[in-house]
Amino acid sequence: MSQDTAQLSCQELVELVTDYFEGALPPGEHARFEAHVERCRGCGVYLEQMRTTIRLLGHLPVDELPAGAELELLEAFRGWRSC
Amino acid sequence: MAVAGSTEAQLLEALRAGDEAAFAQLVREYQPSLVRVARIYVSTQAAAEEVAAETWLAVLNGLDRFEGRSSLKTWIFRILTNIAKTRAQRDGRTLPFSALQDPGRVPEAALDADRFLDPQHPRWPGHWAVRPEPWPEDALIAAETQAVVAEAIEALPPAQRAVISLRDVEGWSSEEVRNALELSETNQRVLLHRARSKVRRALESYLGEDT
Repeated sequence: MSQDTAQLSCQELVELVTDYFEGALPPGEHARFEAHVERCRGCGVYLEQMRTTIRLLGHLPVDELPAGAELELLEAFRGWRSC
Repeated sequence: MAVAGSTEAQLLEALRAGDEAAFAQLVREYQPSLVRVARIYVSTQAAAEEVAAETWLAVLNGLDRFEGRSSLKTWIFRILTNIAKTRAQRDGRTLPFSALQDPGRVPEAALDADRFLDPQHPRWPGHWAVRPEPWPEDALIAAETQAVVAEAIEALPPAQRAVISLRDVEGWSSEEVRNALELSETNQRVLLHRARSKVRRALESYLGEDT
């Protein structure tokens, strides 16, 4: 293919995954990224793993506030309100 | 994301009226993130918690002056950032501002170079030397896998940890994170990318153990 010289290597591609997800790649780069993933099994798996990683992050329970911390802050709130 | 169930205007009104439930709701929503962001600037968890507590007081005292030119969330995080910077200065901490302002200065690859063939390789330059293998679907929903993700986040440098927590765990938009942390678009992406890459690596090393 004539665009061979402009191809992304796998090593370059893994650094562009977030830019790709965020829609931050310039159009040409975006097309090269997708063309690469289409014919490279390793990068296809890698991209899927990054998607899975993001999905798992989204399912993490959001940190709970320790009860003591909340009470202290509410205490401060009452102090403020009575000023 | 607004605090669940009420609009920002309603929330503000309730806070100004001294409604404790409204304050409790706000605290539950933002306190963990405030502490995480404060950790970018101060060196201990205890100091970060103090910064967050100080922030809440400043928020309450500033409520009447808040004009809604930014979102309440952005405003709260700006206050936090200012207090955290002051605190860091007072503690004589050399501020790792470059972590936010120039994270790309120190290169950090998503994967070790030995995962790839040499960039000068005659036939497959920079191609996979060790290809990633698909993960077993059933392992992904296991509680242990969740624990691996949580541990990987905790192990990140503070700026990366704050960005990935806000974006991917809490579901903030890129713009909200940029505003709260005063980050450029590019720098936010760099931090997010590094953080996600490391969490993926932790998952790969955990899920690949049995194969």
